[in-house]
Amino acid sequence: MKKQSLSNKVIDFLAKGNLAFTITSIILGFLIGAVVLALAGFNPVEAYTIMIQGIFSRPSYIAWTIIRSTPIIITGLSVAFAFRTGLFNIGAEGQFIIGAIAAAVVGYAVELPAIIHIPLVFLAAITAAGLWGGIAGYLKAKFGVHEVISTIMLNWIALYLNNYIVRIEGFQRPGAQRSHEIHESARIIVLEQWKRTPEGREWMRGSEFFGDILRTPVNWGFVVAIILAVIVWYLLNKTTLGYELKAVGFNRHAAEYAGINVPKSMLTSMIIAGALAGAAGGLHVMGISRSIASLAAMEGYGFDGIAVALIGANTSIGAVLAGLLFSAIQYGGTKIQPTLGAPTEVINIMIGTIVFFIAMPKLIKYFAQQLKKKRGAKNAG
Amino acid sequence: MLDSLGFILGTTLMYSTPLIYAALGGVISENSGVVNIGLEGMMTIGALIGATVGFYSGNPWLAFLAAGLAGGGLALLHAIASVTFEADQVVSGIAMNFLGPGIALFLSRLFFEGATMTKAIPSGNKMPRPLNGVFPRNSFFDFIFNQYATVYMAFFLVFILWYTLYRTKLGLRIRAVGEHPRAADTLGVNVFRIRYLCVILSGVLAGFGGASMSLAIVSNFRPTLVSGHGFIALAAMIFGKWKPQGAMWACLLFGASNGLVVYLGRPGTPFEISQSLLSMIPYVITLVVLAGFVGRAAAPAAVGTPYEKGER
Repeated sequence: MKKQSLSNKVIDFLAKGNLAFTITSIILGFLIGAVVLALAGFNPVEAYTIMIQGIFSRPSYIAWTIIRSTPIIITGLSVAFAFRTGLFNIGAEGQFIIGAIAAAVVGYAVELPAIIHIPLVFLAAITAAGLWGGIAGYLKAKFGVHEVISTIMLNWIALYLNNYIVRIEGFQRPGAQRSHEIHESARIIVLEQWKRTPEGREWMRGSEFFGDILRTPVNWGFVVAIILAVIVWYLLNKTTLGYELKAVGFNRHAAEYAGINVPKSMLTSMIIAGALAGAAGGLHVMGISRSIASLAAMEGYGFDGIAVALIGANTSIGAVLAGLLFSAIQYGGTKIQPTLGAPTEVINIMIGTIVFFIAMPKLIKYFAQQLKKKRGAKNAG
Repeated sequence: MLDSLGFILGTTLMYSTPLIYAALGGVISENSGVVNIGLEGMMTIGALIGATVGFYSGNPWLAFLAAGLAGGGLALLHAIASVTFEADQVVSGIAMNFLGPGIALFLSRLFFEGATMTKAIPSGNKMPRPLNGVFPRNSFFDFIFNQYATVYMAFFLVFILWYTLYRTKLGLRIRAVGEHPRAADTLGVNVFRIRYLCVILSGVLAGFGGASMSLAIVSNFRPTLVSGHGFIALAAMIFGKWKPQGAMWACLLFGASNGLVVYLGRPGTPFEISQSLLSMIPYVITLVVLAGFVGRAAAPAAVGTPYEKGER
């Protein structure tokens, strides 16, 4: 009897709780991924084992997962922030590119001590991308241009601007389709110079755990991502500005009636969302890529950010957790191709499935209720 | 001079075609009240299935149909989510944009020995050009009218969709469902059935759009083939104020600025402009036109809101 009520409680939790609902969607994503793999003739258990080992079995793998989660956590924050204020920021992709360009330019063109250079590069990235996001906000506030269209267009303009700037003489690295590397004073890679010294190498060889981690470009970006998550949480939940922006998102007419300047709020929201995505681009250059490359297609950091925001229920903590999950699936997923020969793209199917179920809470609630009814009938009988 | 104009016009038609298909898909779905941001994913799966069936069967028409079915199949998922289970339609559409390319690349690797690029279709098995050889080669009219069959079909479909939406009973019902589903329901229109039909058709059209790239403009599928066309089609649909003819003009504007870019980028042109800067033109023009001339567009009133029968 007691067991019955416990399982009923679990079902109740599934039917009501948002977190449980997200977790159910994630589990369903993995199940569908398994079915797809099985249909294609691969052993899903084997594939998932390889994936999980590929994420956790070595310190450097875990480090890679965290490193790769950094940009998408922050673009996730950008999209989530915009969503909460009633805007759909498809433009994180382009804002990321603009942030990366600004960081690469200021990181290369200016020479300063690291303590000034790093904040300056970061500031350049968020300012440039904030203004870029602001264009969409301005077009929306002033001319009523839907932010979905304007940000799609701005993404492509940013991509071609990137390709133009990369090829400017003096900035392009000779013989490469990329820019010169930024100065070391602008980088945020942990112990980068020391790693290359003889003592550093010696120490890394001696320490299995830290040596393995330091072989990856482990950097301070993740710490910044966490700080940004806290700032976004604070801004949205504890400040007047956040309250006003959210009010516009809920009901712009009511907000207007209450005396909130709606066009200004939209502009502010898009500037902040742009700055966040730009921070992701800037940190990516400062911590991993060290330069920008000519792009043939979108890299997907912004689009992944949309999925991260959705899986994370548009909250700060959600974006951090979903970003880590997303990055783990992506990083671990790349390992099933060489080992098992199973297409890596199953990870996109998994992520798509997770987002798909997240789109329809009603489906899961419906099944939970059906299950409950059945149990109810059984108990009555 | 005349030949250059012909070249630009011809390129315009070619580049607009995939966008027109997908934008028409957006028009029909959104007129019934369902946002379809997943056009991109549906185009991608259509492009892959088109290229694959085209390669293995050698029949471009069969391939084109299969592409439509594939797009429609993905759209069915979107319909189930957004019509039956009252999903957030934007979120479900985003899911389509992960699922579409995911499934497409997954299948490509299975069908083509682990490659994400399908093998090229021999030029004899590509979409035919019905007016090939009618005009002297590289003449003004040859540039404009010697197009793949998919180009003509796209413009024909614009007319069909316009006629259906504004001149038939079914069209009236579709628009009623998109504007005021409750009123339509009261009058005996089956809201769910209409919305299912429209969403699936939008996937079929987007699938056609993808195939019009992989079977005509180029002759294979590759991961970067669709890259963003679905989103541009979405923009064109909004730009065209949710009307088939409006969307067509928007796609043509976009295609024309693309044609201009290709023309200016050809070797031997009098201007030495960076290709990257040229490539921005279509997007900048769209932004400027949107801000300056179009202003606030009016979406169907019920777009994006799920319809619940018992709701009061």
